[in-house]
Amino acid sequence: MKITRAEVEHVGRLARLALSEDELNALTGEMDAILNYVEQLNELNTDGIVPTAHAVPVENAFRPDEVKPGFTPEQALSNAPDAAQSAFRVPRVIE
Amino acid sequence: MTIYDLTLAELRTKLDNRELSAVEVAEAYRARIAATDQDVNAYITVCDESAMAEAKLADQALAAGEIAPLTGLPIAAKDIFNTAGLKTTCASRILENYIAPYDATVIARIKEQKAVITGKLNMDEFAMGSSNENSAFGATRNPWNLNHVPGGSSGGSAACVASRQAAAALGTDTGGSIRQPASHCGVVGLKPTYGRVSRYGVIAYASSLDQVGPITRDVRDSALLLQAIAGHDPADSTSIDTPVPDYQATLTQELTGLKVGLPAEYFIDGLDEDVRRAVEQAVATYKELGAEIVEVSLPHTSYAVACYYLIATAEASSNLARYDGVRYGVRTDQAENLIDMYMQSRAAGFGAEVKRRIMLGTYALSSGYYDAYYLKAQKVRTMIRQDFLDAFAKVDVLLTPVAPTPAFTIGEKTNDPLQMYLSDIYTIPVNLAGTCAMSLPCGFSAAGLPIGLQLIGKPFEEATILRTAHAFEQATEWHKRKPEF
Amino acid sequence: MTQPYETVIGLEIHAQLTTNTKIFCGCSTEFGKTPNSQTCPVCLGLPGALPVLNRQVVEFAIKTGLATNCQIAPRSIFARKNYFYPDLPKGYQISQFELPVCEHGWQDIELEGGESKRIGITRIHMEEDAGKLIHGDTPEALGTSLVDLNRACTPLLEIVSEPDMRSADEAISYLKKIHQIVVYLGVCNGNLEEGSFRCDANVSVRPYGQAELGTRAELKNINSFRFIKEAIEHEVERQIDLIESGGKVVQETRLFDSNTGMTRSMRGKEEAHDYRYFPDPDLVPLVIDDSWIDAVRSSLPELPDAKRKRFIEKLGLPEYDAEVLASDRLLANYFDACVTHAKEAKACANWIMGEVLRKLKETDTLIGEVPISPVMLAELLDRIADNTISGKIGKTVFEKMWQTGRGADELIESEGLKQVTDTGAIETLVDEVIAANPDQVAEYLGGKDKLIGFFVGKVMQASQGKANPGMVNQLLIKRLKGN
Repeated sequence: MKITRAEVEHVGRLARLALSEDELNALTGEMDAILNYVEQLNELNTDGIVPTAHAVPVENAFRPDEVKPGFTPEQALSNAPDAAQSAFRVPRVIE
Repeated sequence: MTIYDLTLAELRTKLDNRELSAVEVAEAYRARIAATDQDVNAYITVCDESAMAEAKLADQALAAGEIAPLTGLPIAAKDIFNTAGLKTTCASRILENYIAPYDATVIARIKEQKAVITGKLNMDEFAMGSSNENSAFGATRNPWNLNHVPGGSSGGSAACVASRQAAAALGTDTGGSIRQPASHCGVVGLKPTYGRVSRYGVIAYASSLDQVGPITRDVRDSALLLQAIAGHDPADSTSIDTPVPDYQATLTQELTGLKVGLPAEYFIDGLDEDVRRAVEQAVATYKELGAEIVEVSLPHTSYAVACYYLIATAEASSNLARYDGVRYGVRTDQAENLIDMYMQSRAAGFGAEVKRRIMLGTYALSSGYYDAYYLKAQKVRTMIRQDFLDAFAKVDVLLTPVAPTPAFTIGEKTNDPLQMYLSDIYTIPVNLAGTCAMSLPCGFSAAGLPIGLQLIGKPFEEATILRTAHAFEQATEWHKRKPEF
Repeated sequence: MTQPYETVIGLEIHAQLTTNTKIFCGCSTEFGKTPNSQTCPVCLGLPGALPVLNRQVVEFAIKTGLATNCQIAPRSIFARKNYFYPDLPKGYQISQFELPVCEHGWQDIELEGGESKRIGITRIHMEEDAGKLIHGDTPEALGTSLVDLNRACTPLLEIVSEPDMRSADEAISYLKKIHQIVVYLGVCNGNLEEGSFRCDANVSVRPYGQAELGTRAELKNINSFRFIKEAIEHEVERQIDLIESGGKVVQETRLFDSNTGMTRSMRGKEEAHDYRYFPDPDLVPLVIDDSWIDAVRSSLPELPDAKRKRFIEKLGLPEYDAEVLASDRLLANYFDACVTHAKEAKACANWIMGEVLRKLKETDTLIGEVPISPVMLAELLDRIADNTISGKIGKTVFEKMWQTGRGADELIESEGLKQVTDTGAIETLVDEVIAANPDQVAEYLGGKDKLIGFFVGKVMQASQGKANPGMVNQLLIKRLKGN
C-alpha cells in the first residue's frame, strides 16, 4: 500500500474536503493505484536535472507602481454568499 | 446556403459584402441552438439577449465601415472564461451562481472586435477530464453519435462547433483538452505555445500547463481566431512578449522540403487499428505533398502521464483552494463553525474527479513527499521537454495520432480514473514541453466516428503547423463531412 | 544569583512597504478606507485572476538588503504558502521560500558599556499581506467575523534574523535598528500601531553551555517595542518554569495579550501546519543583475550608523549628540545642511538638539515643517559667533524667526538687537551701575569676587541685553579695581 486510509483522511483535512466513509474508501484505492502508477518515474535517474517550472523560459515580468481603478465595495461583494458592513461575513474566527 | 454551415472566413465575406447581417447570423444560430442543444448539451448558458444586442452593435460597426476580423462573427466560449455579467461556472456546482465581474483578456479581445458571443460551453468540471462526463450540468454528447463522449475537457466547445451551434469556439488545453475533443468531434483544435495567449481571466486548472486556443471548422478559421487572441498581455506574467506573425499570410505556402517527424513511441500497441490506418494514410498524403518523412524518437513519452498527473494535480490543489465559500461560490448553510464551513462547502461544491485530483495534488505537495513526487515530476518534465527540443533539431513538425482510440461510449471509463488518464498519452507530452500542436480531421472509424491527426510544432511556430495542416486539408475532404442529426 | 538558563531569540520582522500600489495588482495601499473599496479581481482572489509583480517592491527589497549587508540573489523565485483562512483570498499566500531575494546579511547593535554585537540576518523576502478580520460587534454581526480585503496583497518584506539575541534588550536594540533603517530608506513608514511594522519573536531557552537550541515558541501579535520586551520576558519565564517543574516546551505559536502581559497558545492554527510550499507557476523568476544592484546602491542614503560615525569622527560631535542627530533621517539632513553653512558643528548640534527639538515638541511640528531653514539657523549662529548678538539675544531672535519666518540679520536690524560693542557706551552704563550700588562695590572690594556676576547682570539689564557680555566684564573689573 502506497497510502493508508488514515493518510487519506489527513490529506482530506489539509485540503478542507469533508469526505464520506464511501469516498474515503474509494479514494484510498484510487489514490493507491495512481501512486503505484507514478512510481515508474523512479526508473529515471534525474540526478543533476534542473526541474522545469515553466516550459517556456521567461523572467522579470513587472508592472509599474501606478494605481489602477478597481472595484467598488458593491462590486467586490456582488458574489458574496454573506456580507455585512461592506465586508464578507463568515462564522466567527476563533484564535 | 445554410447560414450555420458557413465558416468564419465565409461569414466574413458575406458580412462584408452585405449579403448577410450580423443579426441574421445571430438569429440563425439562436434557432440552431434551440433545435439541437437538447440532444448535444453543449451549452451551459445560451446568450440570447446579449448576443442579439452584440449583433446589432456589430451591424452598426459594419455599416460605419469599422470592421475588425471578428466583427459580427458568432463565437462561443468554454465556461472557463470570465465573461463580465455572465454566469461563469467552470461546470462546477461550486460556481453555479458566480457572475463574473470582469472579462478574461481573450474575451475582452474578441469583444473589442465586436464578435458575437453566443454562449458559454459545457466542459469537464474545472477542465478535469477527457470526456465531458465530469460536468455538474450533465454530460455533453458527441454529435456524430450521441451515445459517445465528445472528449474533454473542452468537449462542449468541440461538440458545439461540430453540431453547428457556433461558427467557432474558444477552449483551453492543459493535457489535450482542445485537441482530443476536436479529434473526437471531427473539427480543428489548436493549442498554442505556452505563453502565446493570455491566461488572465481563464479559471486555472494547472497554471504551468493551461493554454487557450481556438476550435474551428477548418484550418483557415483556426488561423483567423488565433490571430485575434494571440499576443502579449501585461496582466499575465507568463505571457511572452514576442511578435505575433500574420498567420493567414503563410497559410498557403507549399510544403516542399518540410521535414515531418514520426515519433516511434507514438505508434505502439494499444493504438486502435482504425486510428493507425488513418494516420498512416495522412503520412502518405504528406509524402505526396512534398514533405520529407523522418523517424524520430521521444524516449520519455511513456513517463508523461505520470509526470502530468503529479504536476497538474499539485497545481490544481492550490489553484482550487480559493473556492472556500467566503467571497463567492457555494457556501453550505449547515456549518457550525468556520472549518466546518470550508469542509462542507467544498465537499458539496466539487465533483468526484475534482476531489480526486485535489487530494492527489495535496498529497504530492505535503510534507515529506514534495521531493519524491512534485520535484521528481518537474525533473522528468525537463527530460520530456528536452526530447522535443532534440527532435525539433531534426524536423520541422511532428506528426502523431491525437488519441489512441476514437471517442468511447458514455460511461465506458468513468469507473477507472487511470484508464481515463491514459487516453491522453499523445497530447500530454506537448503541454509538458510547452510547445504548440493542433488536431485536424484525418478520417473516420469503421463505426463512423471522426479520427484526428496531431501536428506538433516548435515553440512559437504556430504558423508552421497551420500551413502544414492547411495543405493537408486542401488535399483531403475530411473536414467537409458533418454530423447528421 | 546565577541564572542557569540562556535565552535565545530570533526575530521575524514584517515591514509593510510604502509603495503606491499592492505587490501584485494596481490597487491602492492607502490605510483606513471603506472595507473592500481597494480591491480588484487579483487581490480578491477571483477565479482566473493572475498576479504581476510591482517593480518598486523589488527595488525596495534590494535597498533594504544592501542596507543590512545582505547578498542580493541574482535569481529568486516566488512560492505559494498554502493554508486556509478567511483573510487569505486565494487559499495561499504568495511569498518566497527557496531562493529569497536577499540572504546572509547582518546588523550591528550596541550593547550597554559601548560594546557592539553583530546580529546575523538569515534572509529577507517579499510577500503579500493578508486581509483584515474584524470581529462583528453590531447586533446583526454578533458571533461572526467580517473580512476586509483592502490590506490583502499589500507588499511586505519579511526580515528574518539568526537566533543571535540573548536577551529581550538585545532583541529590542536590533529591532530598533532595523526599524530605523527601513524608515531611513523610506521603504516603510514604521508605524507599529497601524501594523506597518510588525514583529514575531522566536524564543527558546537552554541551559548555559548546551550547544543545541531549545524548543522554541513563536510569539505573535506584538505591536509595540515595550510589548515585545514584555512578551519575551514573560515567555522566557514561562519556559523556565515549565522546564523546572519537569515539563517540556512544545513548538507552537503563542499570542501575546497586552492586557494581561501573558502569552497564550494559538491552537486554532496549529492543526494544519503543512504549508505545502511550491514555486508559484503564475509568476516568473526574478533576475537581478549587477547593474540593477549598482543603480540601487548609488541611490542609497547614508545610513544611521555611518552618519553617527561621521558626526563623531569628521565633525567632532560627542557620541550622545551624534546618536540623537543620526536617529532620524530628516533631523540628520537638517543638521548636515546647517553645518555646511555655519562655522561650528557643535553649535549647530546644541541649537538643534536644544532649541529646535524643544520647539518641535512644543508646537507639535515635524522636522520637515520647521519654519526656520537650516541656512537661516546657520546665519543666526554665525551672528552669535561673530558677536553681533549674544547667545541670549540669539534665543529671542530664534523665537521671532520661528514666528515670522524672517531672517536673523533682518530681525536683528529691524528690532535693534545688535550687540553694543562701543566702549564709551558700555563705560557709561558701567559707571551708572557702580554709582547706584555702593554697598555691593564695598563688598566686592572687600574680597567678594563672586559679586562680579551681579554687576554684569545689572549692566546687561541696563543695556537691554545688547551689551557684549565679555566687554562688560572687562570694563567692570577695570573700573572697580581702578576705584
